[in-house]
Amino acid sequence: MKYVDEFRDGDLAQGIARAIHAEVQAGRRYAFMEFCGGHTHAIARYGIPDLLPEGVRMIHGPGCPVCVLPIGRIDLAIHLALERGVILCTYGDTLRVPASNGLTLMRARARGGDIRMIYSTEDALKIARDNPQREVVFLAIGFETTTPPTAVALLAAEREGLGNFSVLCCHVLTPPAIAHILDSAGSGEAAMLDGFVGPAHVSAVIGSAPYEPFAAGYQKPVVIAGFEPLDVMQAILMLVRQVNSGRHEVENEYTRAVTREGNRRAQAMVAECMELRDSFEWRGLGRVPRSALKLRERFAAFDAEVRYALSYQPVADHKGCECGAILRGVRAPVDCKLFGTVCTPDSPVGACMVSSEGSCAAFYTYGRHRNTE
Amino acid sequence: MCLAIPTRVIEVLNEFEAIVELSGVRKTVSIALVEDVQVGDFVILHVGHALAKLNVEEAKKTLELMAEAGLAVNPEQV
Repeated sequence: MKYVDEFRDGDLAQGIARAIHAEVQAGRRYAFMEFCGGHTHAIARYGIPDLLPEGVRMIHGPGCPVCVLPIGRIDLAIHLALERGVILCTYGDTLRVPASNGLTLMRARARGGDIRMIYSTEDALKIARDNPQREVVFLAIGFETTTPPTAVALLAAEREGLGNFSVLCCHVLTPPAIAHILDSAGSGEAAMLDGFVGPAHVSAVIGSAPYEPFAAGYQKPVVIAGFEPLDVMQAILMLVRQVNSGRHEVENEYTRAVTREGNRRAQAMVAECMELRDSFEWRGLGRVPRSALKLRERFAAFDAEVRYALSYQPVADHKGCECGAILRGVRAPVDCKLFGTVCTPDSPVGACMVSSEGSCAAFYTYGRHRNTE
Repeated sequence: MCLAIPTRVIEVLNEFEAIVELSGVRKTVSIALVEDVQVGDFVILHVGHALAKLNVEEAKKTLELMAEAGLAVNPEQV
């Protein structure tokens, strides 16, 4: 694949690894959080920890939309499918997230719910057009990367007057989540960090500018990186250099896709359809103010929460599950007693084991036979 | 979830849609989110939507920087 394979080259990776080894200062510890699940997956899949010096530690962040979606939100979707008889459409990973009463969307489907996996919002619109006698709800999850396609669908539904289509909006925002982790680190509830590997495609949409206030405010370097292994290695090198020279800037390794201002057209379409929620519950992080989006009043007819008068009920996670602490970077997957025993990718108990980019699933798939200290 | 892959545009159908190709597979995708998409452009594709154009010049520069990082260090020193 053009523009993919080049960024997986083994010789170049060895070269960057040598440069990282040469730059790290003896006795100094470097703890960096890769915010995105995409980076977590690349780090596990390509064995990046084995290329890094002992002093450099990568901590997995909460940037996995499936992982941070709380049980109560999935319960709403299951309610719509089983009690209200809608066709519920969503992206694949969401189907296996554990919800209340031992259910998942997949199991709700076995109980007769009409739940359909889609690849694109365009598929959800097509299902609505093809089934005018049925109501179709799109369970929309994801960070800023996945939000613009939902906006495209809402604008198309409005244009077409597609009255049987609505969206259960669970889109969340990256910068407030990073700020929340840095605040929690101050009070000991999240990992202490020396810098961030910043999001790839979130940044393609929002640009690199939104990270500038907290790089300066919290004095933490941020390097935006692509999702290929060389991108991650190069970003780690850039972070080490910033730490060594006492800088805390936003740098961009992923210049082939990310600019400072981002995708203005996508930002405008999202702003047209959605506005900030006062607060939103994240699995692991709890309620985070102004960290998620809801539909604007203009789109009330397409807002499943308004249309079906849904009210969100928080539900506690499984008692033995460490997903919350893992999402805050204070625990590793192997620290969880459910990991690899009752909780596996085939039968996940916690959300971090569901998506291939969840820390637990990535570690289970690629790293569980590695020796860790 | 945020994974997205570079694909080459082989036909622009209208303001909203284009056909892209990746390793011989062709697919109609949305280009509603990106301005001025042309045949031959590489676009970064996410859940059926082009999110950004890939800047070919910048890709080349990044690869050069990566190669330089390795060359600047003598393997014997480490």
